Amino acid sequence: MTPVRVVIALCLLAPFVAMLWVGSYAKVEPTFIGIPFFYWYQMAWVLISTALTMIAYVLWRRDQRGRAASRHSSTKDGGASS
Amino acid sequence: MTEGVNVVALVVFCLFFVAVTVMGFLAAKWRKAANENSLDEWGLGGRSFGTWITWFLLGGDLYTAYTFVAVPAAIYAGGAAGFFAVPYTILVYPLIFTFLPRLWSVSHRHGYVTTSDFVRGRYGSKGLSLAVAITGILATMPYIALQLVGIQAVLDVMGVGGGENTHWFIKDLPLLIAFGVLAAYTYSSGLRAPALIAFVKDTLIYLVIAVAIIYIPIKLGGFDAIFEAASGKFEAINPVTEKPTGALVPAEPGQWTYATLALGSALALFMYPHSITATLSSKSREVIRRNTTILPLYSLMLGLLALLGFMAIAAGIKVANGQLAIPQLFESMFPSWFAGVAFAAIGIGALVPAAIMSIAAANLFTRNIYKDFLKPDATPEQETKVSKIVSLLVKVGALVFVLGMDKTVAINFQLLGGIWILQTFPALVGGLFTRWFHRWALIAGWAVGMIYGTYQAYQVSSPTQKHFGGSSAEMPLIGEIGYIGFTAIVLNVLVTVVLTFVLRAAKAPDGVDETSPSDYTADAGDRGVDPEVPPVTAPTH
Repeated sequence: MTPVRVVIALCLLAPFVAMLWVGSYAKVEPTFIGIPFFYWYQMAWVLISTALTMIAYVLWRRDQRGRAASRHSSTKDGGASS
Repeated sequence: MTEGVNVVALVVFCLFFVAVTVMGFLAAKWRKAANENSLDEWGLGGRSFGTWITWFLLGGDLYTAYTFVAVPAAIYAGGAAGFFAVPYTILVYPLIFTFLPRLWSVSHRHGYVTTSDFVRGRYGSKGLSLAVAITGILATMPYIALQLVGIQAVLDVMGVGGGENTHWFIKDLPLLIAFGVLAAYTYSSGLRAPALIAFVKDTLIYLVIAVAIIYIPIKLGGFDAIFEAASGKFEAINPVTEKPTGALVPAEPGQWTYATLALGSALALFMYPHSITATLSSKSREVIRRNTTILPLYSLMLGLLALLGFMAIAAGIKVANGQLAIPQLFESMFPSWFAGVAFAAIGIGALVPAAIMSIAAANLFTRNIYKDFLKPDATPEQETKVSKIVSLLVKVGALVFVLGMDKTVAINFQLLGGIWILQTFPALVGGLFTRWFHRWALIAGWAVGMIYGTYQAYQVSSPTQKHFGGSSAEMPLIGEIGYIGFTAIVLNVLVTVVLTFVLRAAKAPDGVDETSPSDYTADAGDRGVDPEVPPVTAPTH
């Protein structure tokens, strides 16, 4: 596990912790334009989890490219480091 | 319920319906295939769909009459408890991000069309593959039935559903016509039909939601007034159960139910044959991951739609059958012509997923029952033909659920399917990451989960019927009320793990694995060429 992969895993895991811990958001106050906390909080998490997935996607792509590049150069050098 | 037929709405509805029907038949000519008689073509659209079509297609079968009718109806009836659909669709995407690219890769290397294909290749077990296939077909039926119920609700509100005393045939005739048309173009165009119609569907749906979510709250005096009216209704004591009829936020005991329903549904969703079909028809694994970053748009839409349930309460909609609440709300709030547009959105929104679901179930039958057990030397033409016929039969199976289950709580149709399909999770997802599980242990775990889940669901009664009245029951040991599917999958995994230890100790024969680790990370263009790096979540050994 590289640090980047830990971050990717955390990004994907965070929504589970937040959403399954129902007690943390089962309340009416504070309301937002009249919508109880319970509802707007979960809808806000749609946006948060989307942002987290995007981060995971970008990091993952960079990770893959980095590996492909390093593997490519290492095969050129005779495959010494991989 | 207003008496008589809403003519303007009906005309608008029919116009849209005719338009998509024509599109459905013309779809066969869209992105015309080289070999139209192969199952890859009919059932997976030639596996050529890019990000946008995949987005529409996945969105098209994830957001269905479930979203438009069943979820708001659950909110209308009980408040907060029905909102679990939002965390459910939030949790789906990290799961898809992690699991499905691996399935895409291995499927494209070995030409798998269904999850059963993969399970057979991975474990070398026809029995396990058969179990997965049967479960997939069975679980799809109540889900298609949910779509039928959605269409029926719209027809009812437009006044063409007939009254209580109408002969059942006349009453169901419009529904039968709608499904006849659906069946016909699915038969002739395959997956291309729903993929093309999905564009119309989503455009209509976004339009209706945007209008509904702005126009209706303004008309009802803002969200403050809406939630005040809702809380007033939920505080009223139900004379039968002597408890409040619902709540704005789930009370302590309901929180377990809420969380297990959300998690169980999320795990179940991408196991369904139709979500797999939509995923495999994309042209690269990149497309899948990219899609998980744009699909949540649909979740936001679902959240907003769910709030319509509260608006129906505030608008004073009183219906005995909760499924009618939202169509009725549209009818009383919108001018007739726009109500027609909204009804068309719901109707088409039910037809698209119903088509995709029946195609997916048909693929399963053909590949994993017909070809593996009945006629191993079937030609591609025969395979396609059988698939087409089975896609019709599956719809008939769905009708059985419509007739046999309580239509007032349609969300249970989907939850019942979820209980079943979840039981294929250890074989499929387990198999994507490790070969440790023993094939016989997986079959035993599956059987225990299926029997437990079905029995528990059978035992649940509702005010209107004795059996299959709900999808939650007490969870053993924990003692809280939770989703039956969740309890069953935990039991399933326990049995699988314990028996795997036993079978490995006894050196029971392990099936032949035709896949290799690199198959799970292959991407388009590098078939057998580029030795890939290990995936994010490496197999555990």
